[in-house]
Amino acid sequence: MHHLKLASVVVGLSVASSGFAATEVEWWHAMGGANGEKVNEIAKAFNDSQDAYSVKPVYKGNYTETMTSAIAAFRAKQQPAIVQVFEVGTASMMAAKGAIYPVHQLMRESGQPFDESTYLSAVTGYYTDRDGKMLSMPFNSSTPVLYYNKDLFAKAGITQAPKTWQDVEAVSKKLQASGVSCGFTTAWQSWVQLENLSARHNVPFATMDNGFGGLKTELAFNGPLQVAHVTKMGEWQENGIFSYSGRTNDGAAKFYSQECGMFTESSAGYAGIKRNATFDFGVAELPYWEGKVKQPSNTIIGGASLWVLQRHSEEEYKGVASFLSYLSRASVQADWHQFSGYLPITKAAYDLSKGQEFYAANPGTETGVMQMTTGTPTGNTKGLRLGNFVQIRGVIDEALESVWSGDVDAQTALNTAVERGNAQLRRFEKAND
Amino acid sequence: MTVTFPQKGLPWLLLLPQLAVTAIFFLWPAEQALEQAFYQEDAFGLSREFVGLDNFMDLFTDPLYYQSMLTTLVFSFSVAIGGMAVALLLAVMADRIIRGKLAYQTLLIWPYAVAPALAGVLWWILFDPSMGPIALWLDNIGINWNHYLDGNQAMILVVIAATWKQISYNFLFFLAGLQAVPRSLIEAAAIDGASPFKRFWTIVFPLLSPTTFFLLVVNLVYAFFETFGVIDATTKGGPGQSTTTLVYKVFDDGFVGLDLGGSAAQSVVLMGIVGLMTVIQFRYIERKVQYS
Repeated sequence: MHHLKLASVVVGLSVASSGFAATEVEWWHAMGGANGEKVNEIAKAFNDSQDAYSVKPVYKGNYTETMTSAIAAFRAKQQPAIVQVFEVGTASMMAAKGAIYPVHQLMRESGQPFDESTYLSAVTGYYTDRDGKMLSMPFNSSTPVLYYNKDLFAKAGITQAPKTWQDVEAVSKKLQASGVSCGFTTAWQSWVQLENLSARHNVPFATMDNGFGGLKTELAFNGPLQVAHVTKMGEWQENGIFSYSGRTNDGAAKFYSQECGMFTESSAGYAGIKRNATFDFGVAELPYWEGKVKQPSNTIIGGASLWVLQRHSEEEYKGVASFLSYLSRASVQADWHQFSGYLPITKAAYDLSKGQEFYAANPGTETGVMQMTTGTPTGNTKGLRLGNFVQIRGVIDEALESVWSGDVDAQTALNTAVERGNAQLRRFEKAND
Repeated sequence: MTVTFPQKGLPWLLLLPQLAVTAIFFLWPAEQALEQAFYQEDAFGLSREFVGLDNFMDLFTDPLYYQSMLTTLVFSFSVAIGGMAVALLLAVMADRIIRGKLAYQTLLIWPYAVAPALAGVLWWILFDPSMGPIALWLDNIGINWNHYLDGNQAMILVVIAATWKQISYNFLFFLAGLQAVPRSLIEAAAIDGASPFKRFWTIVFPLLSPTTFFLLVVNLVYAFFETFGVIDATTKGGPGQSTTTLVYKVFDDGFVGLDLGGSAAQSVVLMGIVGLMTVIQFRYIERKVQYS
């Protein structure tokens, strides 16, 4: 009797899960914590909205782990239909022509209505091919901004948020005079202080439109602007205006503890800062050097996009296309953007958030969007497409650390990093040509 | 005493499970790594090109690779010798305790159950330059602790994090070794007027040498090959490359950077090093060991 009951439950379960014969679409992602729950919520809402397809989100660890497991799965022919890949993995994904199914092609072939002009080009530009066609679907994108401690600013008699790096220096000195030990710290130094520094001043980070032009690209971040900036930061590290706090975003601790008055970090760090800051804080655009550029350009994005992998059935791809359309809906996008702090990917989602007075109610959340959408992206500001970029970032981290510790001057350090990084680019070219 | 089997087949049959495990989990992956080292391949395995010794040439013309070897040596010997010295001290002390012996011993063994990454995170928090209690205390006594910038401090941090766990393991073996030392020998020496220190150095320590040798091998292997989790959780190989050991580099290039050929070549070099280490240990060091 007992066994019979159990058996009927098992049968019941299997009927329930396959009863409607919904085609299952697996989605591997790297969103932990609250964002991970939101991802499940989005998938569930999509599944409830129709019964032909069922999207199954699977959390696969951090970005690196997610990408590595998707690649391993592909080699073992067990790959998911959708995988979330961080921006530095873009070149590797793009080069794997036999492994990916470009999103624009998928949408066309599955007959989904798809108009690329409705997306924010500053966001999608990072993930397009040379003809401007979208290869992957941006999911969570962010851009670096400057957070500042309004309480400390008031105490030091500072009334304006800094706009330029010159301002940052002056403000830091005032902060220090009022007893704050450090002016600012940064998260993701390569992304903020080199990649976005270059974009903001419209100078190349690498040749051939930062790698968008082909695999023969070479690094170019040892130019006068970058050297001057890194030299200055080295000096600032010495006199406490800048305080280095590691390669990731561990610097947040120094901002929360009010050891540092300012913090350059991803716009997506907003929620965390809001939760942890025991003081009033403001969000300003990423500073630029006055005199080096007339009108600062848009910054470039970080974060991740959704790639569709090959070797699935037509039916599954229809489900994928339908899900990607769903994700692009203004209401879904606006909800995700407002919840997570990531940038909206469509103009409609941005307008909707504005209409809902989200930015008015949450001051600072619009800064990143505005900074991203100023002007038209150029070859220097569209993004970066560099092979072995993970290693190149490591090389840059090492070079910058040698400057912060005072061992090497900025020019020498950046020259070495360019040389070592180029070796990585050549390896990638060889493996993917 | 030698056991003989009536048929030739039976011993092979009995050996089979172990041989199969060795072949599937050790020989096959090793062969794969060896093969991969001669190719350059894109991450997805869509194309593959035979490049001969290129991957090895890249390694051996890279001054940073030699730097990483040096880093590995400093790290491994610090971990092995530091871990064994502390464990021996604790074991000698625990061996003398009469009351509550079991409680002490159990507590000392506990850290071994902590996962390497977790041990890394634990020490990372304790030493965090802006909020870690140890870092703040060091600041108070005039030592400016910032392992994000200071390579030597970063090395000290990873050595402490990697050693901490291993102390428990070493402790267990030393304690067992100490308990096997015949009391009569020590008592005889005591009657002859040897001081506790002399008794330890001339009697106990030589009798412990098989244990010490075993632990030296195990600890070096641990420090060489099993510590990338700790390094990843604490310093990620930085600042600069000051804590990038050979194994961390394999992990970083292969799993994070997806450079399979380069990573495989490094694994092959590591296999060579293990072989060499084993030969040295058993030929030269083991000779000095006295098995009773």
